[in-house]
Amino acid sequence: MAATLPPPRLLPSGDSAVTVEFSRTIDDDANQRVLALDKALAASPIDGITETVPTYRSLLVHYDPGKIGFDALGEKLLPIAIQPPPPVTKARRWRIPVAYGGEHGIDLEDVAKALNTTPDDIVARHAGGDYKVAMIGFTPGWSYLSGLDKSLHMSRRQSPRLLTPAGTISVGGVQAGIQCLAAPSGWHLLGRTPVRTYQLHRNPTFLTEPGDRVTFFAIDHKAFEELDRAAEAGEIVAEQVIA
Amino acid sequence: MSRIVVASIGPASSVQDGGRHGAQRYGLTVSGAMDRLSLAAANALVGNEPFAAAVEIGPFAAAFTARDGAVRVAISGAPRNADVAGNPVAMDASVTLKDGETLTLGFARGGAFTYLAIEGAIKGEMVFGSLAVNARAGLGSPYPRPLQAGDEFSVDAASGAPELRIELPKPASGPIRVLLGPQDDEFDDANKALFLDSEWKISATSDRMGYRLEGPAIKHLHGHNIVSDGTVNGSIQVPGNGAPIALMMDRGTSGGYPKIATVITADVGRLAQTSAGTAFRFKAVSMAEAQDEARKFAQLIRNLPDRLRPADGVALNIEALGDANVAGYAVSAVDAGTWQVTAEP
Repeated sequence: MAATLPPPRLLPSGDSAVTVEFSRTIDDDANQRVLALDKALAASPIDGITETVPTYRSLLVHYDPGKIGFDALGEKLLPIAIQPPPPVTKARRWRIPVAYGGEHGIDLEDVAKALNTTPDDIVARHAGGDYKVAMIGFTPGWSYLSGLDKSLHMSRRQSPRLLTPAGTISVGGVQAGIQCLAAPSGWHLLGRTPVRTYQLHRNPTFLTEPGDRVTFFAIDHKAFEELDRAAEAGEIVAEQVIA
Repeated sequence: MSRIVVASIGPASSVQDGGRHGAQRYGLTVSGAMDRLSLAAANALVGNEPFAAAVEIGPFAAAFTARDGAVRVAISGAPRNADVAGNPVAMDASVTLKDGETLTLGFARGGAFTYLAIEGAIKGEMVFGSLAVNARAGLGSPYPRPLQAGDEFSVDAASGAPELRIELPKPASGPIRVLLGPQDDEFDDANKALFLDSEWKISATSDRMGYRLEGPAIKHLHGHNIVSDGTVNGSIQVPGNGAPIALMMDRGTSGGYPKIATVITADVGRLAQTSAGTAFRFKAVSMAEAQDEARKFAQLIRNLPDRLRPADGVALNIEALGDANVAGYAVSAVDAGTWQVTAEP
């Protein structure tokens, strides 16, 4: 067996949850360990764990203190958490259509100006990226992506917008995002996708899983309208590739 | 089937239950009743499961009318004046509304949320095992939004079972207990002490997502941006302006501000029922104490049916006396069941 890795910190999140923290910063290796621990717990459940929530750098483990105490749970979690994550052999990849710019991406031109380039160049860099769903959070289906091209890293807006549209494709800091529902956001809006990462009466209700790979491709605004109608009717409209 | 019609209702009122579990990993928050003990007590009175769907009534007045037959209901939680056709109705008791009768509830006299449980429970289409309203996600059934006058529920016809009251233990009245963490190391000792030693008030701009706390500004050690991580009910995060926010049932599933402490499970409902403007304090407890309290709280909810009494009988309140002795409170031997009504001026 390969050498074990440094243990994560076990931080109490109240009496019924523990944050298993692998890193304080956004770090792809830490995220691999988060997702590996999440997978291991799904495959071999520990009695008393009720729900797990992966994030960039930590796994939040909800549990029932009537079934297992903090110390006993920690003793069971640590040996699993220090194992090196197995190599990812098979990842699901989503190809997500995006209508960039104009009314769908109101910040595209400003982002291009701020980075001394053209909107087309920003689109090429964003759509050319190879992303991973690091976590889903904040509101249903909001997929936080790692893998944003370094040249697109820029600080968030000084004043967050109180409402940004459903399907917004945006960047903020070192992160890229697929937003499903209309929500407040301080990120820069580059475009919109007709894809619903969360849709109530569709199977599956949630499209993306942490660990999925994502690429984007540009569509025109007419194609957006057509795909949006299809998506509204329950079609997935993202292309799935098993690689 | 009978119906119960919302004759009038104020804001912050919605159908709630034990909440939606298992989808926080997809960003779907738990929602559910702000005060789970009161939800469970109201449900016990009409023979429902503890976390069956009921009406969570915000701080303002409300009225409900039975139609197409009698409906048996019960109220628990924030105390209010309540009556049916001028006859007073007690808190923590069941009452049967005859066809056409209206249960009228005044505004909350302390606390915020009162639960109206209906015999047979509110029926609807469950999503992730819950009817709870989460307006942001468009979830909740039969109405995926806060309630409005004119809304109605199809409910079971009243069983005719005898009316009951429930003897609840006197709730703890001391500080709201917290466990420090998960990011208490983002604050120095002076600021942790400032958080624990200060008096706090809940801002009037609070809602089911979060309770904003008014008090001294808490300063961070390394700035207010951390990488987003998971939240729980009762997480107390400190944003850039230093004014803590206690995250409640409609919280975002992840957050990017340091969390100085977490309200213990047994006290989340007490915090939820703390009125805006009322001064209170926090107190740090150990993990062992917090988990012990969580187990006792779960047991209290499981055993609520043992606390039911005939509505008109006056039974010696042995259990409440026992609880009171443990907790160090003085409780009237005959009247503990109605303390919520009599404790208010």
